Amino acid sequence: MSEPIVIIGGGQAGAQAVDTLRRQGYADRLVLIGAEAELPYQRPPLSKKFLSGELAEERLWFRHRAFYEEHRVELVLGRAAARLDPATRSIVLQDQSVWRYDRLLLCLGASPRRLTCAGAELPGVHYLRDLGDASALRAEMRPGARVVIVGGGYIGLETAATCAKLGCSVKVLEMAERIMNRVVAPAVSSFFAAEHQRHGIEIIPNARVAALAGQDRVAEVICADGTVHSADFVVVGVGAVATTDLARIAGLACDNGIVVDEFCRTSDSAIYAAGDCTNHPSPHYGRRMRLESVDNAFEQAKTAAQNMLGGSVVHDRIPWFWSDQFDHKLLIVGLSQGADRTVVRGDPVGRSFSVCHFSGRELLAVEAINHSKDYMAARKLIADRVSLDPDRVQDPSVALKDAS
Amino acid sequence: MTTVFFVEASGRERKVDATLGISLMEIAKRHAIVGIIAQCGGACACATCHVYVDAAWMARLPPPEDMEVGMLESASQPHAGSRLSCQITVTAALDGLRVTVPDAQA
Repeated sequence: MSEPIVIIGGGQAGAQAVDTLRRQGYADRLVLIGAEAELPYQRPPLSKKFLSGELAEERLWFRHRAFYEEHRVELVLGRAAARLDPATRSIVLQDQSVWRYDRLLLCLGASPRRLTCAGAELPGVHYLRDLGDASALRAEMRPGARVVIVGGGYIGLETAATCAKLGCSVKVLEMAERIMNRVVAPAVSSFFAAEHQRHGIEIIPNARVAALAGQDRVAEVICADGTVHSADFVVVGVGAVATTDLARIAGLACDNGIVVDEFCRTSDSAIYAAGDCTNHPSPHYGRRMRLESVDNAFEQAKTAAQNMLGGSVVHDRIPWFWSDQFDHKLLIVGLSQGADRTVVRGDPVGRSFSVCHFSGRELLAVEAINHSKDYMAARKLIADRVSLDPDRVQDPSVALKDAS
Repeated sequence: MTTVFFVEASGRERKVDATLGISLMEIAKRHAIVGIIAQCGGACACATCHVYVDAAWMARLPPPEDMEVGMLESASQPHAGSRLSCQITVTAALDGLRVTVPDAQA
């Protein structure tokens, strides 16, 4: 009997690969190895409705246990992979058990970038990536508690909004001059900064953290300019790095992620990779990229699974992202790098507007705030490279798709 | 217990017991209804939990909010009965609800 298909990683990509492999008719042994003990679950709510207590843990699960039993998926959970040996097609787990594979899919995800300043290891300093992190953080979120959030990106701001909702007193320290500066236009940063301030959150731009201090646990965040912020707890959201150790030590090509081709194949022909851990080509944008995105994890996993069964499907997606902060929904489609003109449609005062990034007449990306119509239209317009007139796009009474 | 019916794109009808108070999308995921993808997990951000609600039921559902209407406008294969199943909360009043999954999601 041949060896199984093994998936390492129980996140969005791993869970999707299980679905696709079985739906495509793969009937042999299928093993899912995950470092976390929980059934594969969705991460996006960890900074939102799970953190606020609105969603119970079982509502995060992609599938209930019965699904895995019915589909004969061998779940090996709570056991991290320690070593991978491509020559013998085997994986050694931390408990020293050895698992052989015929084909392997790596869905290793990403890990939060950690602070390295003095005091960074003090108790009370939190990161947010998995269920354990979210539960530990939630236990600190008592009304009146003072939280300092380091980093004004998606994780920092979503967590800030949730903490404020639960009655914490919140400060956000952002290193750049504006929040979410790498992912949205200035108009969008300003809109969200104003919303956070309206909810009592203090946003402090140009803040560089120099040290964390405290006796038995963190009590202060000290900035490079000498400012000191008192804190009952700290949340750090300063980006993530691809989890690649297992692959790199095994000799697979890695460069800001596990290097894969458009078929999600790594440098070893029996090993595929999908999700946040990959550095992959984007045929649409004509360059390599690493994305931290639900859609990318889902679609790469689907593509990888089909190709592991003999297909030759190319992964070529327009990336999209979303963020929920208070009752506002930010929807982003496309990548704005290389834009030479940015057009704001509608008035931020009306709380529903969009920002369109162009290169000439080509729409590269749209950031839509409470505006699903422009976002959905843009998904098609960007993918099809429809030529638009940026001057007409400026007129919100003209539908985006008609602004040619 | 409330019962809801999903007709998958293949024509197969699935009758399922629905827990009250959670979304129709979550019920569908729990029962592995083919074609309910729900990538965003119910954030009204992806339009991959699109269903066609039977005409008889359309008027009995609370109307969609603006965000859902905007998502549906450019969803694949929109139709008079189009709704996002993540935006429909299952209540006792929906006992017998019947929805069809578009083939584009199959």
